[in-house]
Amino acid sequence: MARNERTLSGLVRRKRIKETLVYIVLIIWLLINLFPIYWMFTFSLKSNTEIFGENVVGLPREWLWSNYEKALKVGNIFKYFLNSTIVAVVTIAVVMIVALMATFALTRFFWKGREKMMSFLMLGLTIPIHASIVPIYVTLSRLHLLSTYASLIIPYAAFSLAMAILICTGFMQGIPFELDEAACIDGCGAFRIFFKIIVPLMKPAVATVSIYTFLQCWNELMFANIFISDTAHKTLPVGVQALSGQYLTEWGPVGAAMVLATFPMLIFYIFFSKKIQDSFIAGAIKG
Amino acid sequence: MKKIYSSKWKIALFMAPALLLFVGILILPIFMSGYYSFFDWKGYGPKEFVELDNYVELFTSDNIGFLKAFGNACILAFISVVIQLPLALFLALLLGKGRKGERGFLSIYFIPVLISTVVIGQLWLKIYNPEYGVLNVALRSLGLEEWTRRWLGDEGTALMAAFVPTVWQYVGYHMLLLYAGIKSVPPEYREAAMIDGASEGKVNRYIVIPYIKPILKISTIFAVTGSFKSFDLIYVLTNGGPDHATEVPSTLMINMLFTRNRYGMGSTIALLLIVLCFAAALIISAIFKERGDDYGTKRKNTFGLGKKKKN
Repeated sequence: MARNERTLSGLVRRKRIKETLVYIVLIIWLLINLFPIYWMFTFSLKSNTEIFGENVVGLPREWLWSNYEKALKVGNIFKYFLNSTIVAVVTIAVVMIVALMATFALTRFFWKGREKMMSFLMLGLTIPIHASIVPIYVTLSRLHLLSTYASLIIPYAAFSLAMAILICTGFMQGIPFELDEAACIDGCGAFRIFFKIIVPLMKPAVATVSIYTFLQCWNELMFANIFISDTAHKTLPVGVQALSGQYLTEWGPVGAAMVLATFPMLIFYIFFSKKIQDSFIAGAIKG
Repeated sequence: MKKIYSSKWKIALFMAPALLLFVGILILPIFMSGYYSFFDWKGYGPKEFVELDNYVELFTSDNIGFLKAFGNACILAFISVVIQLPLALFLALLLGKGRKGERGFLSIYFIPVLISTVVIGQLWLKIYNPEYGVLNVALRSLGLEEWTRRWLGDEGTALMAAFVPTVWQYVGYHMLLLYAGIKSVPPEYREAAMIDGASEGKVNRYIVIPYIKPILKISTIFAVTGSFKSFDLIYVLTNGGPDHATEVPSTLMINMLFTRNRYGMGSTIALLLIVLCFAAALIISAIFKERGDDYGTKRKNTFGLGKKKKN
């Protein structure tokens, strides 16, 4: 009896030690993830003297909000933020409309080669963005479209399209065909069915596709860096990069710009973390 | 019913925007890149047809150093597969078992994925700064003065220093995918194994990992093709320097195009990148297929995302 108890309590203790170790590992990785972000927040509010010696990792002693003023005024961060938002919103709208239309044709209409068309479009999931850089750059420069919003929106929309169609197909196949039949009996044509029945029922897909597309274009650097050369149309990543070149020796304003570029995303993430994670999972599992 | 859904011109109308965008921006440019790759071209003016010279030069010229760049990308792919993925799997297994606070940990681990790579890059530039960066300051305060380096400026350390943030940023991404897979393992399987006396390690080894093999495959494909394509962080951190020590195919391509104005050569690299990514995806799929899918193919809709694919 006594022996039994001892082994049991030994087992419990061993389990507890193991669990503690697991949590230590989890917390170490947590700190590795959070420390750079914490450091960015603190040095965005510090002067050079603090960053460069007196107070490298602590909280700022004197909260230097003028760094943020510099990032906004000299660094134009607000303008870049606006540009990124315009590009993202229009891209999402384009992708959504085009993908819903294509998915409607692919899931509702009867035609030969429908499946082949789907597999053809799904090639887009594996084609890297690099593939088109030279021809698109050459074409855009011939059409004098470099440094416009459209020069980013069109390629971004094209590269998000395959995934959007894939996600929409999943949702649209879930809408029962009986609804179409009922509407047809009531005298609706294909267009009215599309606008009055299918599109309103696709709201969950719209959310997933929007998040996916947003993340694709919000952080994109290669195209934005090459296609946009004037300040008026630069997006956030390019703007932050440019500002860091401008303030090589003064870290505060650069930190402030980085925080301004990151903060809205983080706030959004706090409220919609599950939805955002799901759109990443949907992207990968279906791809 | 069938009548309203068979009209040819309506099908064409609904498909047209997608096809236009898809063919115009994705498919046609691949062929155009292929065409450009046979020419010596500055991006303007006359094109000179040079047959396969670009390809030959790419693989033989030390001046361009494509093989070195490709080698670096392979090193990154290797590190991703042997360090990043196992780390992600390990964390996902720890969280997926159902521990207190797992969603909180998961959500925080995922944050780096959401932050712009430019911000991550600039941040690590400052962490690596030889004089004031956190890394060297920490080493100095620990009395390890001789360990301090010009991390990104030194040819010996630059490659690894540039790869660390790349690997770090995406651990959370792979972890999320694997976690989603682990959560889709039916709890009965786990319970049955536990009743039979299997330890946590054994459950993971014999139940969970075989079950999530399809996701492991996707993660591996993403890790390898992502390494071949990697651009943003390298561009921000070193732009291929010092002395091409951290050059990867993408930085080389951009350099060819916009510094040296060699559009033919840039197109050649772009084309090779596409081929490499497709080849890698096919090879990895084949490897996973060969090693078998322990749970058969009947399971199609495991990940709780609904919607079976019908085609």
